[in-house]
Amino acid sequence: MLRLQNVQTYYGNIQALKDVTIDIEEGEIVTLIGANGAGKTTTLMSICGITPPRKGEIAFKGSRIHQLKPEQIVKLGICQVPEGRRIFPGMTVVENLEMGAFLRNDKAAIKGDLDMVFDLFPILEQRRTQLGGTLSGGEQQMLAISRALMARPRLLLLDEPSLGLAPLIIQQIFEIIKKINKENGTTIFLVEQNANQALKLADRGYVMENGRITLVDKASALLANDEVRKAYLGL
Amino acid sequence: MEYFIELFLSGLTRGSIYALIALGYTMVYGIIQLINFAHGEIYMIGAFVAYIVCGVMTIYGFHGVSVLIIAGMLAIIYSCAYGYTLEKVAYRPLRGAPRLSPLISAIGMSIFLQNYVLLAQTSDFLPFPALIPDFEFMEPVAHIIGSAELVILITTLVTMILLTLLIKYTKIGKAMRATQQDMSMARLVGINVDQVISVTFIIGSALAAIGGVLVASYIGQVNFYIGFLAGVKAFTAAVLGGIGSVPGAVIGGLVLGLTESFAAGYISSDYEDVFAFGLLVLILILRPSGIMGRTTKQKV
Ligand SMILES: Nc1ncnc2c1ncn2[C@@H]1O[C@H](COP(=O)(O)OP(=O)(O)OP(=O)(O)O)[C@@H](O)[C@H]1O
Ligand SMILES: [Mg+2]
Repeated sequence: MLRLQNVQTYYGNIQALKDVTIDIEEGEIVTLIGANGAGKTTTLMSICGITPPRKGEIAFKGSRIHQLKPEQIVKLGICQVPEGRRIFPGMTVVENLEMGAFLRNDKAAIKGDLDMVFDLFPILEQRRTQLGGTLSGGEQQMLAISRALMARPRLLLLDEPSLGLAPLIIQQIFEIIKKINKENGTTIFLVEQNANQALKLADRGYVMENGRITLVDKASALLANDEVRKAYLGL
Repeated sequence: MEYFIELFLSGLTRGSIYALIALGYTMVYGIIQLINFAHGEIYMIGAFVAYIVCGVMTIYGFHGVSVLIIAGMLAIIYSCAYGYTLEKVAYRPLRGAPRLSPLISAIGMSIFLQNYVLLAQTSDFLPFPALIPDFEFMEPVAHIIGSAELVILITTLVTMILLTLLIKYTKIGKAMRATQQDMSMARLVGINVDQVISVTFIIGSALAAIGGVLVASYIGQVNFYIGFLAGVKAFTAAVLGGIGSVPGAVIGGLVLGLTESFAAGYISSDYEDVFAFGLLVLILILRPSGIMGRTTKQKV
């Protein structure tokens, strides 16, 4: 479904991604793990067209997307829940959700999806008119996921959704991610530092170090891999 | 007491014009953190277009408010075209460059537009016809507020209400707010931020043109330099209110207009600028980010 081939992304003269090749099949949950500064966020931003690659190719459902603008990429059904949640702080919960559906014009269906995310996260319905910036961290993460869902993505990119959250909330968020994948058939590409939980959830995993992919395997195999256990699972 | 009310109303009139122009500065700053120094020139161009249209229409025998309305419409269209082009030519190519570059470009465009009008038109003060008639129903209060002032107050009020509704409820308004709060996130939800920036310049230019036409017909003259003077005042109002904040621009404009009016009325008109800028300094000492400015810029 999504294919990155020898992607190289730069910030000025600094090369952040060095020959990154990633393949994601439709319906999969794939995780990308790696240490701080490995290039995980850059990978997602390259897919979304925010930091387009200087070399290499990104294809979605067979057609190249690495020269498209972010809004064109969103239109194809690729949505991101970015690192740090990035809620619009001065907009209400409902307005934030409406922004997620920015490129859609089917008013009735948008309304239906609003009810759908309120079903998923009832707390958001209680907070409908509250400003995004005043929500708690967990609520913001729920809102960020919901905002992405409002676009009806075919491929959902999540950047460290567990960051800074209490274990109970992390559990809940991971459950929801699984549910989105199973019930909507949405393909998931999950970036995580929380390697243990991410690998338990995912079908396959990639390990990234210093802008390179160093390991690819079934998630269960990575969980059993000695190097991975030492470096990322703290065992 | 009557004198007080008179000063109050004239301060409000003046302030509402400052506010109208300040909105253009503040909306652009809110989205791309650029002080658009050429904004005053857009206002001046609006006034000039109205001047030319009025001249032509008067030759053909039209009079009064209908001329003002048509001249105003054309002024808005022209100013919007200039504002849109300005952003596209002078600022868009510098997106992502160090902040000083677009600022210098803005100053350059300001000088360029002034001289362009100076050469294409004249350096003289041109008489602008008084297009707002003295309404009969205003007679009993004419010693406190003139008809022209009433028209300015009503026009600016209606414009600001429309702007508020636009920002709050329309799709483009929400896109503007989203872009202002987090530009790259706005792009991630599919907002075309280039388009949003263009629309912001167009709206700001329309407001400036309305201001330019109203002031020209109120004061009765136009000149290539009026944009610079009005721009400095409006920019002061925007900073006073908290640059980047829409309600701040309105409050800043009104506070500045009232201060000037009272200073001129009770002390001497020689001192109105001293008080205006004194107030600015005072407020910036007490509240460095302006009256309505956010004290901390937090991005969660
Ligand atoms: N805007 C930027 N300008 C310059 N360098 C950057 C920028 N953003 C990231 N980098 C650099 O690119 C490299 C990869 O960063 P990236 O944010 O992709 O890492 P990450 O794997 O997401 O890390 P983390 O787990 O801490 O979020 C880092 O060395 C970082 O310093
Ligand atoms: Mg990251």
